[in-house]
Amino acid sequence: MPYSPELADIRFGCGLSPDIPGPTSVQAMLDGLTGPDRMAQQFPISGFDTLRARLKTKADLRARGKKPSDKSATREKIKALRRESAKEASRNFLQSLLRWTQTDTGFHERLVGFWADHFTARGKSPILKFATAPYIEEAIRPNVSGSFGDLLIATTTHPLMLHFLDQNLSIGPNSTRATKAKRLKGLNENLAREVMELHTLGVGGPYTQTDVRQLAELFTGLSYSRLMDFKYRPGYAEPGAETVLHKSYGGGPATLDPVLRALRDLATHPATARYIAQKLAVHFVSDTPDPALVQHIEARFNDTGGDLRAVCAALLEHPSSWDARLSNVKPPADFIASACRALALGQKRIGGLEVKRVQRLLMGPLDLMGQPWLRPNGPDGWTEEDVEWITPQGVSTRLRWALSAPQKLRRDLPDPRAFVTTTLGQFAPPAVQFAADSAESRSDAIGLVLASPAFQRR
Amino acid sequence: MTATLTRRSLLKRSALIGCSAAASPLLTSLSFAAAPWDGRLVVIILRGAMDGLDVVQPWGAPEYTSLRGKLGGGPQNGAQDLDGFFSLHKGLAPLYPLWQRGDLGFVQAVATPYRDKRSHFDGQDLLEAGTPSLDGARDGWLNRILQNTPGTEGRTAFAIGHGEMKLLAGKAPVADWSPDANLAMSPQAIQLAQLVMRDDPAFRAALTEALMLSDDGAGDDMAMQVPAVSRGKAQVKIAEFAAEQLRGDSRIASFSINGWDTHSRQGRSLKGALAGLTDAILTLHGGLGPEIWQKTAIVAMTEFGRTVRVNGTGGTDHGTGGAMVLAGGAIRGGRVYGTWPGLDEASLYQRRDLMPTMDVRAPAAWVMRSMTGLSRDVLERVVFPGLDMGNDPGVMR
Repeated sequence: MPYSPELADIRFGCGLSPDIPGPTSVQAMLDGLTGPDRMAQQFPISGFDTLRARLKTKADLRARGKKPSDKSATREKIKALRRESAKEASRNFLQSLLRWTQTDTGFHERLVGFWADHFTARGKSPILKFATAPYIEEAIRPNVSGSFGDLLIATTTHPLMLHFLDQNLSIGPNSTRATKAKRLKGLNENLAREVMELHTLGVGGPYTQTDVRQLAELFTGLSYSRLMDFKYRPGYAEPGAETVLHKSYGGGPATLDPVLRALRDLATHPATARYIAQKLAVHFVSDTPDPALVQHIEARFNDTGGDLRAVCAALLEHPSSWDARLSNVKPPADFIASACRALALGQKRIGGLEVKRVQRLLMGPLDLMGQPWLRPNGPDGWTEEDVEWITPQGVSTRLRWALSAPQKLRRDLPDPRAFVTTTLGQFAPPAVQFAADSAESRSDAIGLVLASPAFQRR
Repeated sequence: MTATLTRRSLLKRSALIGCSAAASPLLTSLSFAAAPWDGRLVVIILRGAMDGLDVVQPWGAPEYTSLRGKLGGGPQNGAQDLDGFFSLHKGLAPLYPLWQRGDLGFVQAVATPYRDKRSHFDGQDLLEAGTPSLDGARDGWLNRILQNTPGTEGRTAFAIGHGEMKLLAGKAPVADWSPDANLAMSPQAIQLAQLVMRDDPAFRAALTEALMLSDDGAGDDMAMQVPAVSRGKAQVKIAEFAAEQLRGDSRIASFSINGWDTHSRQGRSLKGALAGLTDAILTLHGGLGPEIWQKTAIVAMTEFGRTVRVNGTGGTDHGTGGAMVLAGGAIRGGRVYGTWPGLDEASLYQRRDLMPTMDVRAPAAWVMRSMTGLSRDVLERVVFPGLDMGNDPGVMR
């Protein structure tokens, strides 16, 4: 079908809103990526600075708490810090939800979600556990329409990624540090492997175990300070040159430059172009995308050296992207967020929602739907496969949420017949219209619209 | 006043189901045909690559201390000795009484046919496909067991939890469910939900199955509650649910335990996963009851093992040969099976990993042979194509 603002919002955006019209053209969608980031300004999410301040307070407390007289007071204060972090995570969740419900450049939010998942990173300590949203804000959000190389460097060198994939303590076996250290000295392959397997070339890419090992040696030195500032530690770096994909890097004094050069080469490798093109088409269009669409995106990636704005243009301009059949199933987080958008839940309605209610009405149900917020099981992020979401337990939980939560989030539920139109637009099937008309209660009617495949697919 | 509609009351009101649902093969499971065999099988996928050398520690190997000393295993560090050569990780100590009774065993130095690229995700896909390579893999090996067994129906096998169990995916009907998923709604809402999903086969099938699997009695309060996670450890709830099904007509339950990817500080990072495995096995043991436990085989397998040497950050990286965990009254436990390859440099795979000496599918196939009665030919040709089962290692009583 030809371009339509409704399909643009459903497939490439955050779903239809009763108040905010869809983008008028592909050009408008692309312009939305580069203008001022109004959603980030209006609904700020704290960056790493707040976390750093908290880490500093904790370190100071620990230092002071060594005196026996201070011990229990210190423990209390550290607990309070954790509570503060948890509260902030809940606030960050609401802010990102509000961006979804209020944006008129929904494609931007979707891209942030796509790349945040592609470059999955999570914290493994009580305070860093909540660091993913700040990481996304710092490393992903500003880079979704620049070059893929910049995005790769921003994420690979981000302290949270170095922490998540254990790079920070990986030490070259022949480095100056290793010769001094008594214990723990040696490589950790985790980040090097996942950069090639998950972030750039893809598992089918032309790399071997030797390349993994060599890249791990090249990565030695990537680390961070006690307060989670990126730090290159030449003393950790393995001396000598490393060969990755038949190309030699480094060999001189240990610096960050050869690492960045290797990342730029991986970012523009043809295997990377193929892998990213496929993943974008699968994520935005269908589990089995038209090969011509993938080739079109891949060619643009190669022609522009991974210019992501141009790559997005290739995705949006291809006719296969506008197939009128809704295909992909929204993962739970997108299902809930687009439902909140359809219900017009803005700052006034949910901005002040307290932590307990956020948990009970939104975040808890996400856990139960199989997608705890920003907590995928592994570095490969969430699955793109629809069959993994349309399970009996998944459909049951989505249905129960749709029937029960909206009335708790908004007392004055909209008129169901109007809701069908504002939520599904031209994609409203007669059966959904009928269900909305004949449900026993307004909340049932709203729930049935949200539970319909016409809403759950995009 | 409306009554809660549940699976059994749904049967009585078959008119509600409508013809589209009646045509679903899933509904045939309501006939509760006699189960095809009597034994109970639990297959647990340990995702993330379990370090077999830390779970079943070869402390008797001369190289053990130099290679693995930092991880603090072996009886010298308080781990329970098993047979004078292997010791049990302290995190599994609560399972030791099962070992003593012969209800817990291990197989060392096993691997899938997957080699060299050491990707978790390909490794798991291959483990679940049960094939020599991923080319053309379309279903899971446990589903192929069902496909080749007459008399299986929708509740014979359960995949439990979130995230697809590819192991059970395929043509034969299986039940997908997890604790806290119970669907209780007013009859009219059910009818309308069926209506809005009617024209979408995937949603329709999932809803039909959800209605069938939902318990009687729960959710009698008709005010719809926002779905919430109930109290209790996830692994315990899953194992309780599995035990409940296996006490009835179900014969197979399968679920995952995550958290085995211990690249750093393994002493700490392995604890959670081991606790999950311990909880799962002990909950099954308690929940199945002595009589059914006697007929039960639990097989826990992982995508690959981890490096023989501890890495620079107190953990281990992706390796090749690993271990399999066997439990249950049907298992001949109290021993570590497999051909031990040795830890000296020349015996390692690519000088870094434990050399696999047995296909991980072989012990699994022998368990299946004993449990289901499938012929060796079907197991080697269809369930695990290209496998040579070799001699019976005798893992089953």
